[in-house]
Amino acid sequence: MAKRGEIKLLGTAASPYVNRVQFVLNLKSIEYEFIEENLACKSELLLTSNPVYKKIPVLFHANKPPICESLVIIEYLDEFQPDVHRILPSVPVDRADNRFWANYVDNKYFPLYEELRQTPGKEDKEAIKKQIIEGSVLLEEAFEKFSNGKAYFGGDDLGYLDVVLGCFIAWIEFSSKRNEFNAFDEVKTPKLAKWAERIRSHESLKGAIPGNETLMNFYLMLQIHKPPRAT
Amino acid sequence: MADEVKLYAVGGSPFVCRVKIALNLKGIEYQNFEEDLSNKSADLLKYNPVYKKVPVLVHNGKPISESLVVVEYIDDVWKGVPILPQDPYEKAVARFWAKFIDDKCIPAIFKVFGSNGDKQAISEACEQLQILENELASKGNKFFGGDNINLVDITADFLAYWLEIIEEATEIKLVTKDKFPKITEWADNFVNCQVVKEILPPREHLLAFFRKRFGKA
Repeated sequence: MAKRGEIKLLGTAASPYVNRVQFVLNLKSIEYEFIEENLACKSELLLTSNPVYKKIPVLFHANKPPICESLVIIEYLDEFQPDVHRILPSVPVDRADNRFWANYVDNKYFPLYEELRQTPGKEDKEAIKKQIIEGSVLLEEAFEKFSNGKAYFGGDDLGYLDVVLGCFIAWIEFSSKRNEFNAFDEVKTPKLAKWAERIRSHESLKGAIPGNETLMNFYLMLQIHKPPRAT
Repeated sequence: MADEVKLYAVGGSPFVCRVKIALNLKGIEYQNFEEDLSNKSADLLKYNPVYKKVPVLVHNGKPISESLVVVEYIDDVWKGVPILPQDPYEKAVARFWAKFIDDKCIPAIFKVFGSNGDKQAISEACEQLQILENELASKGNKFFGGDNINLVDITADFLAYWLEIIEEATEIKLVTKDKFPKITEWADNFVNCQVVKEILPPREHLLAFFRKRFGKA
């Protein structure tokens, strides 16, 4: 068990990649200190602890060198403390399946939302929204397979994909409202729509899900520092 | 019950070769199904409906795709020569570097050749390569995995073999011994590992392929 003060997490409350690490720390009842980073003006701590990417989250565990990349951190926490709320399943083929979909979410699905933000022009935006919904439908199928009739990807309780995809719920809803569409459409993706509600209200997660004001501030910062492409 | 292991592959692909190296390292026998990517088999489409890509490993009827997911699966299932360290922290470090190579390094290098040697692309690729060079220099080992190859070395197979062939085909040089002495030395050691040497596709085939691909045939 991690001792009090042993784990520090460098991040920002608005980042879904940070949130997913927070989800895991909460589920495993691991106490940690949260160090808020200002992405508009990156700290010395961030630049020295993650010189390769200069990105959050960064995990500090006791006197070990820092660990970066949210999925790497999650697997580390799961291996370091496997006995409290196991995140990844123990069967190798199930682990592989989970990792495959995490890869899909991070490399294919969520980047579409950033693409949507950066793309000018109504027609081009509509095309991306269509891709997002196609992706959501794929995830709905994945949910059906993993949940096997239960409430979460992990079955009766939260697992790896609940954390890996669940951290994006707030941003997905934010983006849906701004762009006047429904990424988790109740007709096309009914199970995901219900699952998202469960994630939002889950005791262990809701404290780490950013509110609208946090999201809006982060969004405005993105609009300035990584503005949408010109038409 | 004997294990049934099938690999849907394209022999020339560095991503497929990652899996072949892992299988070879563990001494696993498998059936290789060579795919024609312009005419994908029904099996490939069935086993990898999301991406329709190789490599796909099918173990006792269960498909696994995405090369690094497959390599970790192989390490999970078959004991023997380890691909990842046991210690959780060391494992995290290896996974970090494998991800860096896959997410940053290789795409940056592809961009160089895709853009026909655009200066900005070359500069960005060299930045990523320098990070790897520094990592090798700081550890002072033969491989990223120490005395033996590990997940990181396997992930970087493209850099050890394919890169030099594309450089020859396109006449665009990225990795020179002067600029990247450690990477050059590592590459030489890597391609001479028995488990790697045995599965690498013939150089002439790749050279011809890349000359055609980049219009210099």
